Amino acid sequence: MAGNIIELTGLTRRYGQFTAVDNLNLNIKKGEIFGLLGPNGAGKSTTILMILGLTEPDEGRVTVCGLDPTASPVEVKRRVGYLPEEVGFYDDLTGLENLVYTACLNGMTRNAARENATLLLERVGLADHGNKKTGKYSRGMRQRLGLADVLIKEPEVIILDEPTLGIDPAGVREFLDLIAELSHEQKITVLFSSHHLHQVQQVCDRVGLFVGGKLLAVGDIKDLASQLFGEDPYTIEVGISSTGKTEPETIKKDEVIKALSQIDGVKSVREEKGRLLAACSTDLTDEIVHAVMNSDLRLVSLNMKSYGLDDIYYHYFEGGDDHV
Amino acid sequence: MIFITTILKEVMTMYNYLITLTGKLRNNGERAKRPFRVIMEKEIADHVSSWRFIILIAIIALTCMGSLYTALSNISQAVKPNDPEGSFFFLKLFTITDGTMPSFTVFISFLGPLLGIGLGFDAINSEHNRGTLSRVLSQPIHRDYIINAKFAAALFVISVMLLSLGIMVMGAGLVTIGIPPTAEEFMRMVFFILLSILYVAFWLNMSILFSVLFRQPATAALSAIAVWLFFSVFYPLIVNLITRSMEPAATASPQQLMAFEQFHLTLMRVMPNQLFSEATTTLMMPSVRSLGPLTMEQMIGAIPGPLPLGQSILLVWPQVTGLMAGTIVSFVIAYILFMRREIRSR
Repeated sequence: MAGNIIELTGLTRRYGQFTAVDNLNLNIKKGEIFGLLGPNGAGKSTTILMILGLTEPDEGRVTVCGLDPTASPVEVKRRVGYLPEEVGFYDDLTGLENLVYTACLNGMTRNAARENATLLLERVGLADHGNKKTGKYSRGMRQRLGLADVLIKEPEVIILDEPTLGIDPAGVREFLDLIAELSHEQKITVLFSSHHLHQVQQVCDRVGLFVGGKLLAVGDIKDLASQLFGEDPYTIEVGISSTGKTEPETIKKDEVIKALSQIDGVKSVREEKGRLLAACSTDLTDEIVHAVMNSDLRLVSLNMKSYGLDDIYYHYFEGGDDHV
Repeated sequence: MIFITTILKEVMTMYNYLITLTGKLRNNGERAKRPFRVIMEKEIADHVSSWRFIILIAIIALTCMGSLYTALSNISQAVKPNDPEGSFFFLKLFTITDGTMPSFTVFISFLGPLLGIGLGFDAINSEHNRGTLSRVLSQPIHRDYIINAKFAAALFVISVMLLSLGIMVMGAGLVTIGIPPTAEEFMRMVFFILLSILYVAFWLNMSILFSVLFRQPATAALSAIAVWLFFSVFYPLIVNLITRSMEPAATASPQQLMAFEQFHLTLMRVMPNQLFSEATTTLMMPSVRSLGPLTMEQMIGAIPGPLPLGQSILLVWPQVTGLMAGTIVSFVIAYILFMRREIRSR
């Protein structure tokens, strides 16, 4: 396909019995900012390592800039900048020297490297700290230096693995804005992994939801919501309590659940923290209220939920394991 | 031979590169360097500026001065009439001792391992722990560049250090005793230094192997030191225990005695320090003719006299080969382990 800078087809990687990445298909277009969103241990880092050719896939194929990273890792690494999770620098060298070293490894002359490094340090806001040893850098400064380190090779694609980990909120915002700015300015494709939904939402054009080694949904945030909740966009939360009669509450509850399930349009009913959640395709509040009224239970609260990003997150990462 | 060929290949490509680029120098006469060289230069700079290296070099320089001092103050007693090694007066600088202080060669065989271990034990694991390994590996370089360049850089530092030490000892001897070394003596000393480099390279590779195996530099250093102590202290004890129980009676046949001696020597030669000391003895004392037991039959009619350099080298060739083999085996294991490992950040 034209326009795709990264193509993953049927990618699988196993560690013994454990499948870290399971039959992954993903295309990333040139120039976009793509967010790989998933909880810890979802296989995001493994996928990134395979894209870079640092780990070989067990099955499937990776194509980056039209190249196969397993066959020509050096060519791929020339075009792809990678900022690892918890990037490390040589603490006894200054920020500038660290950048110059990377630049020299990419075949730049020392003078050109020094020039570029100085420019980039300015760009990421570290101009005053270039001659300070990296051992004395703060976490946020290290990440920004990491970004400069990735950019110094003038890459076509940059891959950032959990780049915002451990930075304070203001720093995160600044850092993400910087990434977005740079990407738009220099037309760099960015692949960015995170488990922070809000950060991904802030900068990414498209998002891939990644859980348990599988890609669940791809698209922009709106697409995601409709992909994930397309069948039942409304959830009605019903709070009930017993009216004090002798019959045990649980039996009553089961009856209500049954009654609710029989309403036309209700997809599923489940109980959560004493409240009933009914997933429906349309707004069925009236019908549900009637059903509850007809039982002997008292209606305590009623709440209609529409889905936001948080729900996407919780749906998949916390409560939604059965969905997988 | 993997690493030697890699390094040679690297040198060749660098040479070719140089030729193709001659005349095409960039603006201010600067040329982009090959990544291998970039890594090597950085490693050398790291070594040379590290406290560890300064301490190691201080220890070794001090002991060299000590041994040189004892050698110089005892050299007058070392000259005996009718000495078959009389013409190799200068070499005695490296070997004589008054019994209180070991000679230069013994010092090298004792401190060489420390130098090798000191320069290699954190080669890979410290990069991993600092999180720099995955960053460097994501640069357009082959993975083996890192381990090769680290080995080459440490070897380069060791070579420069031992060569300059050896030449300094020669110089000091020359100034003090005023007798210049003959060409053969000089060649013997050069071979001795080359041999020491090989010996230190063995320990260097072993500690690089441990640095690939263990994530903690302290564990790697301790294991390497444990191997060194085992070979220099415990192994000879164990060999003695084994051989003493097998010692033939005094009335045993010469063949039996011979076989026993050979067996004892074979066991001892598992130790790299034994190989090194046999090789240095032969090189520095030209009158040594054999490293194993000789029968009276073989001795009869032999005129005591020094061996020519070529013959001495021939005599120690098995030892040199053994040391080289040990070096290569540990490098290959480290290389394979490193290439197969999945590098994740920290």
